[in-house]
Amino acid sequence: MRKVSGQMTAASAIRVLEALPTHERLILPCLQAIQHAFGFVPEETVDVVAGFLNVSRAEVVGVLTYYHDLRRMPPPAVVVGVCVAEACQASGVRSLIEQIEHDFGVRLGAGTGSGPVEFAKVYCLGNCALGPAIMVNGRLVGRCDIGRVRAAVVDAQVVPR
Amino acid sequence: MSVRVYVPGDSAACSVGADEVAARITEVAAAEGVTVEVIRNGSRGMLWLEPFVEVQTPAGRVGYGPVAPGDVEALIDSGMLEGVSHALGHGLVDEIPWLARQHRVSFARVGLADPLDMDDFRRLGGLIGLRRALAIPVEEVAADILASGLRGRGGAGFPAGIKWRTVLEAPGDTKYVCCNADEGDSGTFADRMLMEGDPFTLLEGMTIAGTTVGASIGLIYVRSEYPAAIRTLRTAVDIARVDGWLGPDVLGSGRSFDVRIVEGAGSYVCGEETAMLESLEGKRGMVRPKPPIPALQGLFGHPTLVHNVLTLSAVPAILADGAAAYQGLGVDRSRGTQVFQLAGNIARGGIVELAFGVSLRELVEDFGGATFSGRPIRAVQVGGPLGAYLPEHALDVAMDYEALAAAGGMLGHGGVVVFDDTVDMAAQARFAMEFCAVESCGKCTPCRIGSTRGVEVIDKITAGIDPERNLVLLEELCETMTDGSLCAMGGLTPLPVRSAVAHFGEDFHPSTNGQGKR
Repeated sequence: MRKVSGQMTAASAIRVLEALPTHERLILPCLQAIQHAFGFVPEETVDVVAGFLNVSRAEVVGVLTYYHDLRRMPPPAVVVGVCVAEACQASGVRSLIEQIEHDFGVRLGAGTGSGPVEFAKVYCLGNCALGPAIMVNGRLVGRCDIGRVRAAVVDAQVVPR
Repeated sequence: MSVRVYVPGDSAACSVGADEVAARITEVAAAEGVTVEVIRNGSRGMLWLEPFVEVQTPAGRVGYGPVAPGDVEALIDSGMLEGVSHALGHGLVDEIPWLARQHRVSFARVGLADPLDMDDFRRLGGLIGLRRALAIPVEEVAADILASGLRGRGGAGFPAGIKWRTVLEAPGDTKYVCCNADEGDSGTFADRMLMEGDPFTLLEGMTIAGTTVGASIGLIYVRSEYPAAIRTLRTAVDIARVDGWLGPDVLGSGRSFDVRIVEGAGSYVCGEETAMLESLEGKRGMVRPKPPIPALQGLFGHPTLVHNVLTLSAVPAILADGAAAYQGLGVDRSRGTQVFQLAGNIARGGIVELAFGVSLRELVEDFGGATFSGRPIRAVQVGGPLGAYLPEHALDVAMDYEALAAAGGMLGHGGVVVFDDTVDMAAQARFAMEFCAVESCGKCTPCRIGSTRGVEVIDKITAGIDPERNLVLLEELCETMTDGSLCAMGGLTPLPVRSAVAHFGEDFHPSTNGQGKR
């Protein structure tokens, strides 16, 4: 069963790659296209990318593990990026993080645990005059306190990605 | 007769409710039988007033903010759509001192119109610079850029005109223009606001650059944290192609230039120009040793003009109004304007574009209105995560490349982050090292290993473990990173660390247990 689904994944990955214009037939854009199609980069697509570009598997894995955005496992329903950079520190994100960790029972940057919401550290969302800032499934939220974080997470659970 | 209302579509404005406010205005006006035309403009940059609503009146545009969705009904009932004054009102927007005192060149059009309205762009002076550039010899365009005194706004401050001449004169049929929009420095958001608020100006600047140096392709490398900027730019490129100023025959000149938008994948060091080029080639964002310089061997080994968003966005005005006008602004070797970004714990944060030479105190106190928390300012970090922390008594420094360097800091991308007196500077120094450890590309040892050792040494100091000797060790480590790193990531991380130790040494004393003064 697992093998069959792996073959299906590989077959649809090839279709994704073949749809790319010539100038995007490079390792990173190929992996981004696969992540766009599957939500993450499934293990069995690594060889597909390597074969498609005629590069070694090591080169593909090197790029895959380098960039923070690329995922090797399916994403949870809600991903919250919490800006932990200087401007948000100045606006009180350190105490907001303590409240998030307490309220949601998570550790920032430690994946989802068992829950449906992942809280990740991000370094600057470009909203530095309206911090603390978070990004919830691609939506930027400014001037955050714990109430605004909770509300944004609830909204994201209602609206499909 | 319909009333024209502006509500910013900028993502900072939307992060505090601009979408909801825009929807509510349409709803309430319809219920009251008033026809409104809601235009989603760029942000004026007065971010503490967002969502900032503007109403077109015969006397000019009148502003209200910050407007919450719940305020809309009362505002409309009290006459907002006729520009009547109100507790949330700020009068005529052009007369608001915070804006009127600025000298906007790169940001001149941001906030005035729908960023994707080509007719408005032309009406407000768009494409004049490009037309002039296409009408004169390319050598003259490059000479104009040199004469304007424009220097790289990404942080390094290299004279732009010299880069243009180098790429123009470099042999080869294939050349590129790469715009670095990987704005990763905390405390900076000008690139994002310009890309969202006036994308055509950036595209015009790139087109002038490309047609001058002989490149037919331009690439804009935008960080993935800026999804709205990526969408806006992609639409803007499509519109410019249809309008005939991007593509095989730029404004009928016979010259070809097109732009592609490339999305990053989450890597701070890809804001370093050679790491960005590696990433544009689809590889890991590893820094390249220089030489060779990108102007001679850049993207895929071809001559490449690499500039930051703000550098390229200054170009159309230089061509349209003349190099002398731009050169006439500023001080010493810092010519023209700088887009400062006021951020962090600040009462009036946002975009302040001024000629070089304004003091940091004027920015932080006069424009910024000091801290948001109302507590005293203790430290100001200028130039992003790799910039120095300056103490309150050093705020009289002039904001230009050389004066800041002489004060032990750097201008960087123009970000200004304010901290109040609750900040723990040992924790900030530790964060600088931690950030470097997370984001280091790993190519050179001082950065890759030094940053991790730096975190450990600072932890020992604040824990009271042999602090005197560990402070000496930290200084030696900083020296090694400064002198031995391949790029600015490892080379400048010691700047915030050393400045924290130098100006806020009491926070590193074990008796305060790293808690700073409270």
